[in-house]
Amino acid sequence: MNWAPLILTFKLALVTTVLLFVISIPIAWWLSYSKSKLKPIVETLVSMPLVLPPTVLGFYFLVAFSPNNGFGQWLHDWFGIQLVFSFTGLVIASIIYSLPFMIHPIQSGLSALPVTLKEAAYTMGKSPIQTLIHVLLPNIKPAILTGIVLAFAHTVGEFGVVLMIGGNIPGKTKVASIAIYDEVEALNYGAANVYSMILFVLAFVILLLVYLVNGGYLKRFVK
Amino acid sequence: MIEFQISKHLQASGGDMHFNVSLSIKKGQLVTLYGESGAGKTSTLRMLAGLLQPDTGYIKVNETFWYNSKTKQNLKPQSRKIGYVFQDYALFPNMTVVQNLEFALGKSDRGIIDELIFTMELDALRNRKPETLSGGQKQRVALARALVQKPEILLLDEPLSALDIKIRLKLQDYILKVHKLYKLTTILISHDIGEIHKLSDWVFELKYGEIINQGTPADVFVKQNISGKFKFTGEVLNIQKQDVIYIVSVLIHNEVVQIIAQENEVQEINPGDRVMVASKAFNPVIYKVK
Repeated sequence: MNWAPLILTFKLALVTTVLLFVISIPIAWWLSYSKSKLKPIVETLVSMPLVLPPTVLGFYFLVAFSPNNGFGQWLHDWFGIQLVFSFTGLVIASIIYSLPFMIHPIQSGLSALPVTLKEAAYTMGKSPIQTLIHVLLPNIKPAILTGIVLAFAHTVGEFGVVLMIGGNIPGKTKVASIAIYDEVEALNYGAANVYSMILFVLAFVILLLVYLVNGGYLKRFVK
Repeated sequence: MIEFQISKHLQASGGDMHFNVSLSIKKGQLVTLYGESGAGKTSTLRMLAGLLQPDTGYIKVNETFWYNSKTKQNLKPQSRKIGYVFQDYALFPNMTVVQNLEFALGKSDRGIIDELIFTMELDALRNRKPETLSGGQKQRVALARALVQKPEILLLDEPLSALDIKIRLKLQDYILKVHKLYKLTTILISHDIGEIHKLSDWVFELKYGEIINQGTPADVFVKQNISGKFKFTGEVLNIQKQDVIYIVSVLIHNEVVQIIAQENEVQEINPGDRVMVASKAFNPVIYKVK
């Protein structure tokens, strides 16, 4: 039993989720309050990964990050980074691929808060950042938890993007979903089954935890 | 002390409205904005607080411009020294009562918190979360929280409309108390004529974004001069003819009172009208209540 694909999968999901959380909060905040004309365009871009086939995203990442093309070449020449077939490339692709799963819950959580909470904090002399950290975010904890878990789970489950941009390099870009595909191709149904079962059980446990926490079942149980 | 001369194009519930209000309020006054919903009362408070940007005009407080469209001055809400009590209280659900006050305070001296908790009788509720409080309790916390930063101006947006009559009366006393104690200039939005009579020095009546009437409560609400000893205002529920007289049922506070009237008196009155019932002091009945 080779654990490397599973470990790599969770490392990728963890790094992606942490970075995504930091990136998503300002974007979700801007989207929930902005009246800018750019807003529909940004909203559309954020939602694109929901409907695009992952292979399309992966294909364009592959083209963009390739050292043979402008952007990839610039990255390579200036920073010595090669994003294609690397873990860093996987992280960047995963962030964009899972963006709507983090932003949407946080955005709707913020929009659902009464606007007077924000205004009350402003009249007390609090800056928008102070208001966000001390008033708005603590009051949308269920939405934040949902965003974190969905983004994590969605990254664990990605296949097409990873295959296109990362390929299948053991210990570097070979994540669990690709390992399963590999084992099936090699007619190793037993190994495929072990990977699949672990992912299946984990997905169930993670989602169950979210519903328990957000539904208030745990609180009732503790009381 | 406050000079407010503002116009703005508003999209109100009943369609577009041109808001054009100019009012001036003296230091230490408690004034009421009165009028139908959608008349522009809340917009007035929001513009004063900096939460809504006017189109043109100026807001001057203590000789300082908070907003001036000519010089493009516009003080941020954070820098305007006001206390604002919102209609929905806007208490922070993630903080206890005392944490709500502490958050409002920031880094200043803590003494004011204990003082306000004492004045507003909140000691027993210190560590409760807002969701566990009743409407009247929430309102007391909201009022205390608005005063933590020692504002000079207190804005109250229909603070008592959702409360029952007993708690209303008590909270009216609290408002009067803090208004005097902290030498505030207070602007109140209210629909309750009894409440306005009790609390305010001056009334501005708004309609479709303009001030249509202003004066002391007595000037605004009592058109004729009656030297009555008892005066109540209420709403007419119905008018019934009985032989040669009419019986008018009037809702005063939360009691229905029946009043005998002559034909000429009821001619201009319809159910739903606000009326004043006054009695000159001829032989009123008097007995002790338990």
